[in-house]
Amino acid sequence: MTVPSSDLDSHQIDPTATPETVAGEVASKSPTQLALSRLRKDKLTMISAVVVLLFMVAAIAAPFLVKFGVLDPYGTNTDLLDEFSYPIGKFGGMSGNHWLGLEPGIGRDALSRLWYGTTFSLFIAISATMIAMVLGVVLGIVSGAAGGWVDMVIGRIIDLTLAFPQTLMLLALSTVGLAFIRETVGIESQNSSAAIYVIVVLGIFGWTGIARIVRGQVLSIREREFVEAAKMMGASRRRIYFREILPNLWAPILVTFTLMMPAFVSAEAALSFLGIGIGEPTPTLGNVLTLSLSYADTEFLYFFFPALLIAIIVVSFNLLGDGVRDALDPKAQR
Amino acid sequence: MWAYAARRCVIGVVLLLTLTLVTFMLFFAAPVNQARLACGKICNEQQIAVTEKALGYDKPFYAQWGSFVRGVVEGRKYPLDPELRAAAPEIVTDCTAPCLGYSQFNAKTVNELLTEAAPVTISLAVLAVVIWLFFGVLLGIMSAITKGSIIDRGIVGLTLIAFAFPTFFIAVFFLKYVVVKWGLLAYPAYTPIAEGGVGAWFGNLFLPSFTLALVFLASYVRITRAFVLESLSEDYIRTARAKGLKGRTVLFKHGLRAALTPLVTMTGLDFAGLLGGAIITERVFAYPGLGSLTVDASNAWDLPTIIGVVLVAGAFVILMNIIVDIAYAFIDPRVRLG
Repeated sequence: MTVPSSDLDSHQIDPTATPETVAGEVASKSPTQLALSRLRKDKLTMISAVVVLLFMVAAIAAPFLVKFGVLDPYGTNTDLLDEFSYPIGKFGGMSGNHWLGLEPGIGRDALSRLWYGTTFSLFIAISATMIAMVLGVVLGIVSGAAGGWVDMVIGRIIDLTLAFPQTLMLLALSTVGLAFIRETVGIESQNSSAAIYVIVVLGIFGWTGIARIVRGQVLSIREREFVEAAKMMGASRRRIYFREILPNLWAPILVTFTLMMPAFVSAEAALSFLGIGIGEPTPTLGNVLTLSLSYADTEFLYFFFPALLIAIIVVSFNLLGDGVRDALDPKAQR
Repeated sequence: MWAYAARRCVIGVVLLLTLTLVTFMLFFAAPVNQARLACGKICNEQQIAVTEKALGYDKPFYAQWGSFVRGVVEGRKYPLDPELRAAAPEIVTDCTAPCLGYSQFNAKTVNELLTEAAPVTISLAVLAVVIWLFFGVLLGIMSAITKGSIIDRGIVGLTLIAFAFPTFFIAVFFLKYVVVKWGLLAYPAYTPIAEGGVGAWFGNLFLPSFTLALVFLASYVRITRAFVLESLSEDYIRTARAKGLKGRTVLFKHGLRAALTPLVTMTGLDFAGLLGGAIITERVFAYPGLGSLTVDASNAWDLPTIIGVVLVAGAFVILMNIIVDIAYAFIDPRVRLG
């Protein structure tokens, strides 16, 4: 822990100060407090934090709203469509009952599908991020702390994972993967098995970045005195890894988490476009957008909203991640 | 340095071997009948048995992998079974080294498929790299010298927004609105240089490459901006200014220099990634590149093609990594390879 130099200066400048007043003025801030105060001053990051929070609350609320009938992502409204199955009225059939209009074809409520779709998309993204983080952090810590041949082997596994063309493997393995989940794991439902496949495979291909970051951090942490002390006291290897070293890594973990989430939201959308992942009738941002592509030239707003929502998620999470990183980095200047 | 390069290449080859072995393992562990899928829907049991022998699916996966690796070195003859070859010499396909396999689905060797598709993907990737590097560095420098101004915020904000929208949305928007509805550009259909000359090649390639470049633009702008900003506060910049160098010289020769290393790394790896196939972009614009080849191959369970693309794409990534690391030594005299 470095002590901010200004704190030291104030001791020297004011020799008359009693210990109490020094403590009062300087109010020795922990690095976390310093980071938080930096974060509070950063308007853009605060706004994106609020947006991210809103998305989270909305995503959690959606299943309840669907249960109580406020949102209706599955009900059709064919009476509101014209003879060509396009919504009647301006702006894709926007009205008091259907704020964002209706889906052409069978007339499901666009807002409900988007809202509920956000829940599924965020769920997939968060689950995949969790898998990637757990894999990456554990392997990163082990790699950095153990060193030697363990480090070498994990390093080569990272190289191998990076050399695999990711999207290609996701596509090509989907038949095998889905068959495996259905027959061996025994999850019959088409959409559940598709969701599990996407989550697991995104996680398996996504862990390398955080593993490298964590390994780098661990290399310096393992030389520190408290690790030495724990070793002296005969702490088990697991205790040293996860009780001594892990708590020092929360900053890079947090930052990577907020930056990985939006990447997986985009990935879900891209995979939906290629025909992999959750499909009808369950909505995700990806499959809602993919469906809307067929109406791109006639129903612009219906085509635009899902993409806009994905863009807002990506931008707000990225800005939050950047902001948190800057706040945690004492050298950061804006 | 040569020793370093050679060592890296050996490790690279080992990685590629592992890559193909893992791919074989993944696909042959699948609970599907490879031969039935390769043969098609109307095959009877006997035809399936013949296909199995012809493509070597009757052997365990490690034997198939061994024969694949030997084929890369020595070449192979299809059908693989000598008896079948002797019975019908007129259907024998000669797959010369480096033979990457035979696609029953396309009735061509994988090498032929790859040589047809690769120029499309390479054209797309090269032009996209040129576009994003040019605009990325230019906008990054503009952003850095106007730090904090409305121009700076505009550049950073707009490129972030372009990055945030899904690629296939942007691509479809361009196609349905810019091309079809507003008629601003001609419908892009890939034309090789040999057919329509450089003009037609470029004209048709511009929109897909631009779409692809938009995805990468934001990170290049940010990296350039960050490193130029950092270097502008260094002492050597002040020295350069003090000795009377022109502002432009200082900026491009000294300021940009710091951004060169990260830019080379990112460009190398992103470019290598694209060479494996810009799947989404190729799909939307219906370009017959490696990406489209892959999608078709995985839809049809065309295993030899999938393995061929995995090998080539993996080779690009590994090779680019080596090139980037060696390039460091030239760009940054402080880097020593060892």
